[in-house]
Amino acid sequence: MTIDAGTVTLRGDLVISTIESLSWAAAAQSGATTINLDAVGRFDTAGAWAVVELDRALSPQGRKATLAGATDLQAELLATIRDNMPDDGAPAAPRRTIAELLDTFGRRTAHSFGQAIAITGFLGQVVSTIAYLALHPRQVRWTAMFYHMQQVGLSAVPIVSLMAFLIGVVLAFQGAAQLRQFGAEVFVVDLIAISILRELGILLTAIIVAGRSGSAFTAAIGSMKMREEIDAMRTLGLDPVTILVVPRTLALIFMLPVLGVIANAAGLFGGALMSWIELGVSPGVFQIRFATNTDVWHFGVGMIKAPFFALIIGIIGCYQGMQVEGNAESLGRLTSLSVVLSIFLVITADALFSIFFAIVGV
Amino acid sequence: MPQDPIIRVRGLVTRFGTHTVHDGLDLDVMRGEIIGVVGGSGTGKSVLLQSIVGLLKPASGQITVFGQSVRDTSDHDYRELRKRWGVMFQDGALFSSLNVQQNVEAPMREQLDLRAETRTALARIKIRMVGLHEDAFDKLPAELSGGMRKRAGFARAIALDPEIVFLDEPTAGLDPIGAAAFDKLIAQLRATLGLTVFLVTHDLDSLHAICDRIAVIAEKRVIATGTMAEMQEVDHPWVAAYFKGPRARAALAQKDIA
Ligand SMILES: Nc1ncnc2c1ncn2[C@@H]1O[C@H](COP(=O)(O)OP(=O)(O)OP(=O)(O)O)[C@@H](O)[C@H]1O
Ligand SMILES: [Mg+2]
Repeated sequence: MTIDAGTVTLRGDLVISTIESLSWAAAAQSGATTINLDAVGRFDTAGAWAVVELDRALSPQGRKATLAGATDLQAELLATIRDNMPDDGAPAAPRRTIAELLDTFGRRTAHSFGQAIAITGFLGQVVSTIAYLALHPRQVRWTAMFYHMQQVGLSAVPIVSLMAFLIGVVLAFQGAAQLRQFGAEVFVVDLIAISILRELGILLTAIIVAGRSGSAFTAAIGSMKMREEIDAMRTLGLDPVTILVVPRTLALIFMLPVLGVIANAAGLFGGALMSWIELGVSPGVFQIRFATNTDVWHFGVGMIKAPFFALIIGIIGCYQGMQVEGNAESLGRLTSLSVVLSIFLVITADALFSIFFAIVGV
Repeated sequence: MPQDPIIRVRGLVTRFGTHTVHDGLDLDVMRGEIIGVVGGSGTGKSVLLQSIVGLLKPASGQITVFGQSVRDTSDHDYRELRKRWGVMFQDGALFSSLNVQQNVEAPMREQLDLRAETRTALARIKIRMVGLHEDAFDKLPAELSGGMRKRAGFARAIALDPEIVFLDEPTAGLDPIGAAAFDKLIAQLRATLGLTVFLVTHDLDSLHAICDRIAVIAEKRVIATGTMAEMQEVDHPWVAAYFKGPRARAALAQKDIA
């Protein structure tokens, strides 16, 4: 660029990769009134934008600078760019005041309550659909249901049994350290049996399933929602609850108790093994003490909770999937929200069950 | 034309499993031309486009762009190559979590070292050039209509002022007036920037209005290339039905009046 006798002469390529190095401050100060494009090589829309900006810099009071040496094509491109210049001054990001923060807080709170109501509504919808399907079993999507039973049940067996086995090992190990002080080693059997059967077996299984299957439900249904598949189903007269939600929820309700039983067995096995190694409680003794001393209600209490946990995981997973909007961001956000929320609700439900069983005395 | 082709495809074979999409396909695209690629649904136009830009690995065959092989090139060369073309996919393929302006800025952000204000200004110009209103700047793709998504996809494709743009059915789903404006914009960019355009389209009006040459894909190959007038002479049932059908006659008649 040279400035000479009221003329700014531009040289070389004016393209997107070169315009950054240009500055119009000097040209604007010189009070030049003509722009000469004679010596310009390659010229693209970015270059044209730069020339339009120069033109603006040279003509502060609406006075127009003269363009010289532009070919027809360059002039045409310049005209296109000039027509499409956006209005100046993007609105600055507004500052956040205390009132706005309070406003956001209030909205979030109201939103949470609204969501609780919406989830309850969704629960009612799913339960009534299940009731309807119980009377019309031919409309149940059996294939889908068995597929999901395999996905949430069978495929989870290895991870669930490993987890429960390790929990049994940990319980025996920690219990041993304490009980040995009182010479009450044999009570480790009661410790393991009660804590695994009543609480840990089913609770930890539910947490693993929430992480594995709840998130999968949200992601699968959410991406269908994103691609308008759910809308397509509705227009075809297909009910997404019957087709997507019920098979998944039922599969969980059937399979979570089964996984719970497997977890109980693996946990007891781990506990028995560790008791033998660490405390010298032989498998025979463990078995006899377990059979005579453990009330069958401990097992019952654990199992009663399973279908409720399954319902929570299924409903939350599917509900959050239905809330996905058209972008990938919301899919990710809701998938993680679904896991966090279902684990939280499972633990809350577990606490409520504990209180309930304490009151009824089992 | 003694000039070297800017895109050169030789003996291209693409397969999905046992399904052969192309079998020995040849195609040349010259610098500065607008080539229209036509063919029935499912004949592999989009697949051809994806192969040329290196997204799909062909089973065999040679593809060179700017004289460089797209397949047998280092990562670095491929990155350099990629800066010189822009692609607009059939369904827009906008980044769903970015707004329109951020979508158009995305290639500039990745490929060039521009100041934020420059990037914003250029992105906004591009968005307005493709016929979107300023309201659209901060909309997310999910909040746009189908036609608006196409336009935003085109704006992103031309964000870097590339030498070649690949457009997959840009005017499908646009109103006729919008489609004509789109055609005009493509022709203008070609004239002013010397753009080469690889245009997959079913739109006979576009073919008439802006394409220098047409390539017809059928039977897994390019069975004919030539100008619109030459297409009238091709002796192939699909080509005849396509270019002499009622819609083609209407498009032709319109052109004669204009
Ligand atoms: N990812 C894929 N996996 C398997 N097959 C594919 C894939 N993509 C495309 N095909 C097949 O390749 C063929 C060509 O598809 P392509 O999308 O190129 O069609 P097209 O010519 O662009 O059609 P249209 O005009 O409808 O867009 C089709 O038969 C399609 O089924
Ligand atoms: Mg296609």
